[in-house]
Amino acid sequence: MKTKVDIDYSSDWPLAPAPESMSHINLKEKYDLFINGKFVKPKSGKYFDTFNPANEKLLAKVALGDADDVDIAVKAARKAYTNVWSKLSGKERGKYIFRLARIIQERAREFSVIESLDGGKAIRESRDIDIPLVSAHFFYNAGWADKLDYAFPNRKPKSLGVVGQIIPWNFPLLMASWKIAPALAAGNTVVIKAANTTPLTLYKLAEAVKDAGIPDGVVNVVSGRGSVVGMAIVNHPDVNKIAFTGSTGVGKIIMNAIAGTGKKATMELGGKAANIIFEDAALDQAVEGVINGIFFNQGHVCCAGSRLYVQESVYDVVLRKLKGRMQSLIIGDPLDKNTDIGAINSKDQLNTINEYIKIGLKEGAEIYQPECTLPKKGYWCKPTLFTHVAQSNRIVQEEIFGPVLAIQTFRTIDEVIEKANNTPYGLSAGVWTDKGSKIFNMTSQLRAGVIWANTFNKFDPASPFGGYKESGFGREGGIHGLEPYLKFD
Amino acid sequence: MSRIAILKTYKIYIGGKFPRTESGRFYQPKFDNKALANMCLSSRKDFRNAVVAARKAQGGWAHKSAYNRSQILYRIAEVLEGRKAQFVAELALQGSTEALAKEEVNLSIDRLIYYAGWCDKYIQMYSTVNPVSGSYFNFSVPEPTGIVAAFAPEKSGLLGLVTQICSIIAGGNTCVILASESKPLCAITFAEVLATSDVPGGVINILTGNRAELLTHFGSHMDVNAVLYCGADKNDIKTLQELAVESMKRTRIREDGDYFDAKHENPYYIFDFQETKTTWHPIEQIAGAGSGY
Repeated sequence: MKTKVDIDYSSDWPLAPAPESMSHINLKEKYDLFINGKFVKPKSGKYFDTFNPANEKLLAKVALGDADDVDIAVKAARKAYTNVWSKLSGKERGKYIFRLARIIQERAREFSVIESLDGGKAIRESRDIDIPLVSAHFFYNAGWADKLDYAFPNRKPKSLGVVGQIIPWNFPLLMASWKIAPALAAGNTVVIKAANTTPLTLYKLAEAVKDAGIPDGVVNVVSGRGSVVGMAIVNHPDVNKIAFTGSTGVGKIIMNAIAGTGKKATMELGGKAANIIFEDAALDQAVEGVINGIFFNQGHVCCAGSRLYVQESVYDVVLRKLKGRMQSLIIGDPLDKNTDIGAINSKDQLNTINEYIKIGLKEGAEIYQPECTLPKKGYWCKPTLFTHVAQSNRIVQEEIFGPVLAIQTFRTIDEVIEKANNTPYGLSAGVWTDKGSKIFNMTSQLRAGVIWANTFNKFDPASPFGGYKESGFGREGGIHGLEPYLKFD
Repeated sequence: MSRIAILKTYKIYIGGKFPRTESGRFYQPKFDNKALANMCLSSRKDFRNAVVAARKAQGGWAHKSAYNRSQILYRIAEVLEGRKAQFVAELALQGSTEALAKEEVNLSIDRLIYYAGWCDKYIQMYSTVNPVSGSYFNFSVPEPTGIVAAFAPEKSGLLGLVTQICSIIAGGNTCVILASESKPLCAITFAEVLATSDVPGGVINILTGNRAELLTHFGSHMDVNAVLYCGADKNDIKTLQELAVESMKRTRIREDGDYFDAKHENPYYIFDFQETKTTWHPIEQIAGAGSGY
């Protein structure tokens, strides 16, 4: 009989705390709207609180905008577009965006810490992934500003005008860069809504926009309720295009609102990605990829690999390795450099996730969570794995947006393709196998916009990102990401 | 005594077959107050049957080699060339002058050739290898959106129809297309061309009937991936775009012009019905590179 050898993660030598210093960050008590190059009070005079989800402490007060503020912001953006931005050469436009990219690099540490404070994500991620990518997105798109004619042969690209953008709370600054960078490079001006639970870094970006000397009104930031500020942007008659990242449900509300108006749109919506492990895969790497696929950013990722399909012959060993690896994850203070999994973004989101865990149990699935102690204050969820689930279970069908993985098995390629594609979503998918021909078979059959083969959750400004089916349309990143911000003769 | 001519029965085209509408209804398009024919007044059920046929054909058509798709489009043009006279006569019946009818048929053939040539090229134009920062091979390719439900231009019975069909199927999609209501004759005769041109059944499905009746069904069918509307009716467009939301159909609007203009020959019409797929794969040890130089 073979003996199982597992790594023993227990130790008498726990890691010493390694908190990132907060001494260099600069947070105001109150953040006003950023309109026409100035920080201005909201017309309502009202503010809302933004908390640190890891300890429920107040971080700052943020302007609660409304439709009047949006109107002022759109007017500022239109004025800036007509008088300044559309008259600049692509080259000059590009130089402003390059400047912004550099300032973000210079202030990367400050931005990372604030991103982790406001959103609960591990500093390791905001420091090594979010903020470097933010800068990279501005850098990449800056260079396009004076080269658009080469991107679309025979097409004479022209800017659209004023673009309305709405971003989610999971990667606040990164999503802002995905939106703002191509919009500016293409020659548009922007009104962007900050996410409700994580508005701070977008206002920090506004400071950087100011420091970069980007003309007043080219970038305007508003915050407030989605149903008020978001819908005011969507419905404003002088907005030429809507770019939205968020849930499929809200995406549909927006698409309904702009039907028949002639407004352009990009929708980057929900997902329920299949991550598929074949028996010939390098299993340790695959398990690492599964962990990264579902627990990256506490699972608050639209392209998270939340459905795991394991070929039957290696199911037992994959499950054992996965559980072992989950036991080794460090959950706790987002600002600690050793932390793997930080805090759940908000109380509401924690409730949603817990609700889904209950649903999973009720549906008869078997749950596994590693043994660990969670901090007493703040919003926390143990990494969670469900086995014995069926394709029809809600935890397999619906986007949970949390650290919850559902595992199923398969025997043949046809079977797993059918199961993987059997969802209204089509944002991303993962394939793990050592056989190249199998990878290309899988990647051509999976109906999803981004396929990771022997890797997962990788992003780059040069790499187009976006979905099939109800995961939305339009691409962000790469040459493809410019098209949604341009019109053609 | 002169010979009694045989009148043609115009049916619809679904899954490579020519059924009558299941509804048993008909309508009479007219020119100069003279009825041209008894056309099928297609129903919602006909449309649904056509979508089933289009879905069945989708995978096979999308996975045919680009070279093969190109040859099939070329074959359609060949067969159409051989039957020019019939189309000219039908266009004349619908009110076209003979000179204009000839030009429309010639252009329709040429347009098929134009798009036949794109089948194995547009992918190269739109594909990219993306220089990501990291040890990964990363590339993006266009893939067909799926099933396109289309309203052909009302004013351009043959050329407009052919242009839309080309732009949809050249990129590996299948389609269900509603012919011009007032000028439907050529659409069904064109289906006969398709039936003898190696186009697999179900790739192109052609209905005749009333746009207003079928509009909401085209927009709301959950197994349709994209809707193409040729026209400018604001209410129609709004309705379609609203209905398209539920399954996130892509909606495309094109003009209801004469389609003679060369601007209707461009690969961006193909890209209208493409999705972009990006694939990532690790490259081992890029850091040690350099020895190859």
